[in-house]
Amino acid sequence: MRTNRRQFLKTASAAALLPMPAIAQGAGPKVVVIGGGFAGATAARFIKMGNNTINVTLVEANPTFTACPFSNGVIAGLRELKAQQFNYEQIEKAKVSLAFQQATEVDAQVRSVTLRNGTKLPYDRLVMAPGIDLRWDGLPGYTERDAETMPHAWKAGEQTLLLRSQLESMADGGTVIISAPANPFRCPPGPYERASLIAWYLKTKKPKSKVIILDAKDAFSKQRAFQSAWAQLYPDHLEWVSLSKGGKVTSVDPATKTLKTDFGEHKADVANIIPPQRAAAIAQIAGVADRTGWCPVDPVTFESKLVPNIHVVGDAGIMGGMPKSAFSANAQAKVCAAAVVDLLAGKTPVEPRLINTCYSLVAPDYGITVAGVYKPKDGLLADIEGAGGVSPLDAPRENRTLEAQFAEGWFRTITGEVFG
Amino acid sequence: MYATRLIAAASLLASTCIAMAADAPPGASSCSGCHAAGPNGQTPVPPLQGRPASEIVSQMAAFKSGERKGTIMDRIAKGFSDEETRAIAAWYEQQK
Repeated sequence: MRTNRRQFLKTASAAALLPMPAIAQGAGPKVVVIGGGFAGATAARFIKMGNNTINVTLVEANPTFTACPFSNGVIAGLRELKAQQFNYEQIEKAKVSLAFQQATEVDAQVRSVTLRNGTKLPYDRLVMAPGIDLRWDGLPGYTERDAETMPHAWKAGEQTLLLRSQLESMADGGTVIISAPANPFRCPPGPYERASLIAWYLKTKKPKSKVIILDAKDAFSKQRAFQSAWAQLYPDHLEWVSLSKGGKVTSVDPATKTLKTDFGEHKADVANIIPPQRAAAIAQIAGVADRTGWCPVDPVTFESKLVPNIHVVGDAGIMGGMPKSAFSANAQAKVCAAAVVDLLAGKTPVEPRLINTCYSLVAPDYGITVAGVYKPKDGLLADIEGAGGVSPLDAPRENRTLEAQFAEGWFRTITGEVFG
Repeated sequence: MYATRLIAAASLLASTCIAMAADAPPGASSCSGCHAAGPNGQTPVPPLQGRPASEIVSQMAAFKSGERKGTIMDRIAKGFSDEETRAIAAWYEQQK
């Protein structure tokens, strides 16, 4: 089918049946990338690097990017928000055109993206990396305005600082509650890393206080490694309440910072509500999201299974075994970029292999990881059996210290590759 | 004459660049998530660019067999066949 379409376009342009402004101007093909996070910024850069005759435009509403990985460290006072922030100067130097605008419409028929200021960007291929939207209809009682009282801090920035300042002004003896959503959501180990670093902060600064995770799940990422570390480091400061123990938050009352579950009520001094999520609105508008709210893609090219010539990478996608992580987003974007370059050159992309690595800090000097290696299988990215997994429970303590150091190194490396 | 040579050199550069990014064998592009590919973001994790392929192959084999202990490479090495590893190693040896 893809070959037919290509052949058709080739014939059509040769016969000048279709308006092909790019070719008429003697310029190369046009690629638009929506979203300047780990997925989108990587894709834009690597498409340009892969073939510098392609005109690449990166569409991103915010000229400053604030990274989520390591933002739990900001909440716990271990680092400043500035260390999370990056700009697009180097990407511009790499000859990627930047449009600091919100994308408001995608017309897949004429292949054009409309920006908030009315600009229309035509494309031969569109890469969408819009990330997530929080579902404000996902938890009764919790509206966008309530995030000012009970922060989600699930998009890094002001929300991260708000949660930090609430922790800082809480009196010793207080209770911090984190509400963790059901799967799938951005950064599966994130709520547990956050609870860990908050517990570290409390143990260090406010030892009569406690953090409780109310969870809509009975299992979570790196569970045994987290729980083993918690038993060792935070026996008095951290409690996890699973779904079957009544952990699922069914509604909240922001006025009193009360979280209701099927089993009762919890009153918080600081409440961190991580609501359910879906692919960002522009994915729904473009028609690349399905009824789950997420975007199904071909695991070789990351082309949407719903709309041709649109590729989806990063947190917005349904990626099989690959979790919604920055590492995954970056790895997917590099594979997608190579596929886009190949497809635009009339070549067939080869079957890829991808890696994911997720670091979590349980304490400043205690890191754990989950890793995976993936290949396309049955239309999804499947774990390669026998590979990957979580840091072993019986690993020596020095490995935890090393993994904490490698975690910081990873952040430097990946942000260097994407934004440096 | 000079201009022609310059253009030829520029297009040669451009095509080398294409080869670098697009011809990477399956799996190779993921490595730079931790093994910095450029001067930015260097860490104790060694870069792979320009390293002898035989060295990468033998280290991956040692990680895979458990002979070399790692914090994470032991888990990742198991995801690649010897043939896949050799292709990745050969490609990295060529990168500058």
